[in-house]
Amino acid sequence: MAGNDDFYEAPTVEQVIELLSAKFGDDVKLRGSKARRVYLSAKRERIYELCEYIHDVLNFEQASSVGGVDWETHMQVVYHLSNYFNGVMIEIETDIPLDDLRVDSVTPIWEGANWHERETYELFGIVFNNHPHLERLLTPCDYQFFPFRKSYKLRRAD
Amino acid sequence: MTSKMWVTMGPQHPFSHGLWTLKVRVDGEVITDATPIIGYLHRGWEKECEHRTYPQIIPMADRLCYSASMTWSHLYVMAVEEGLDLEVPERAQYLRVVADEICRIQSHLMWLAAMGTDLGNLTVFLWSLREREIFLDLFVKLCGQRLTTNYPRIGGVRNDMPYLFERDCMRAVERFEKKLWDIIALMDDSAIFLSRMQGVGHVTRKEAANLGLTGPTMRGCGVDFDVRRDDPYEVYDLFDFEVPVSQDGDAYGRYAVRIEEMFQSCEIIRQAMAGMPDGPVRVKAPRNVPAGKHFARLEDPRGEGLMYLISDGTDRPYRLKVRSPIFVNVSASKRLVLGARMADVPAVMGTIDMCLGETDR
Repeated sequence: MAGNDDFYEAPTVEQVIELLSAKFGDDVKLRGSKARRVYLSAKRERIYELCEYIHDVLNFEQASSVGGVDWETHMQVVYHLSNYFNGVMIEIETDIPLDDLRVDSVTPIWEGANWHERETYELFGIVFNNHPHLERLLTPCDYQFFPFRKSYKLRRAD
Repeated sequence: MTSKMWVTMGPQHPFSHGLWTLKVRVDGEVITDATPIIGYLHRGWEKECEHRTYPQIIPMADRLCYSASMTWSHLYVMAVEEGLDLEVPERAQYLRVVADEICRIQSHLMWLAAMGTDLGNLTVFLWSLREREIFLDLFVKLCGQRLTTNYPRIGGVRNDMPYLFERDCMRAVERFEKKLWDIIALMDDSAIFLSRMQGVGHVTRKEAANLGLTGPTMRGCGVDFDVRRDDPYEVYDLFDFEVPVSQDGDAYGRYAVRIEEMFQSCEIIRQAMAGMPDGPVRVKAPRNVPAGKHFARLEDPRGEGLMYLISDGTDRPYRLKVRSPIFVNVSASKRLVLGARMADVPAVMGTIDMCLGETDR
């Protein structure tokens, strides 16, 4: 199947970059690459489409990690996706404005992203659209705050 | 007559190996739904790290998982070295590999001991722990501690191996390779054990990949991937070893993969000891990490560990995200136990090797 027009079993780093820039143009920016690593940043609106393409066409079968970052001016969701045939890993970061903390969930694509997204929701308050079960996971369900935001100060912290 | 009801297994249940709950909905004996509940051990580890300097986090990384402390602190220092763009001395890389593989063997033996008690075979428990003690003794010689080893450092390892460590290590490995067969015989020659493991908790290759299972759990379902071989770090690309994969996809397949991994770890230790170069074991690392975003991944005994580090130029991380293998594996527990019987739950969940410290963080 490898090399087929609509399916790449083990795409190389160059192929990943080429295919994604051909398909998504300016909505997906390349931040850098090295051996077995591709670093991208993507527009929030196209995350689901991009991940679907990466899963279905580029054969990245696993979402290793989905995590949030609080940059105080905005938030970010970072995805790490991995291919089981050549060990290539794609890192995608997407900016999320503070006044609309929403992004499409990738759980319908990768079931393994389920708890990562729930965790990001409860710790940062980022809502994942279309998530099957977006509830608090690690913290008690009656918590009203998001402890990993930079605005949440630890006791004794300066 | 059938009756449908929810049964709560845990947080204090002999099979749970730590504080977590598995709520299962049973129709008679068959499980029709399940919900894992975790979070009893959530300490805000990632947030704590934002308030500590880089070297202070190494012993904290040890505490992510008590039986895989070596690989967790190793993963953390790899993420920081990635940020510093630091070249680690070759001897230190070899020592890290040896330490990681000792850690893998003792962690798998801990799992085997737990698996034995889960399935009612107390001899397996005692014999596994006896063999594990020898590898813990190696840790004591290497770094002075049995469990929370605090051995890797940013830029190398804490100390060179002590006098006669190589001899002790080879003796332990050679003895273990014979002794492990005794334990295997206890398990594999037991009809009770086989009938409880074979055919339960079946997962196909495609599902295993999609569910995000990693490590021996995933390889027991037919996914042929090991970070050590396919995305090598340190000096793993210099060694010749095999990655065991089972196409069975049931609890027995995952058991068999872990057993074979222990033999392969022995092989890696032997090769690493034979090829150990001379030289320094540590280079001086700067205090502050330049601003940037970095990640490192590593094959933990339980699966794929990943740390994503954001540094802002100060001596403390801006954000440190941990991808814990068991966190994802346990999220798949509904799929694993669905359709099994109540009595199969310990056999199925035992094969994912729970560790709550890294799950809840």
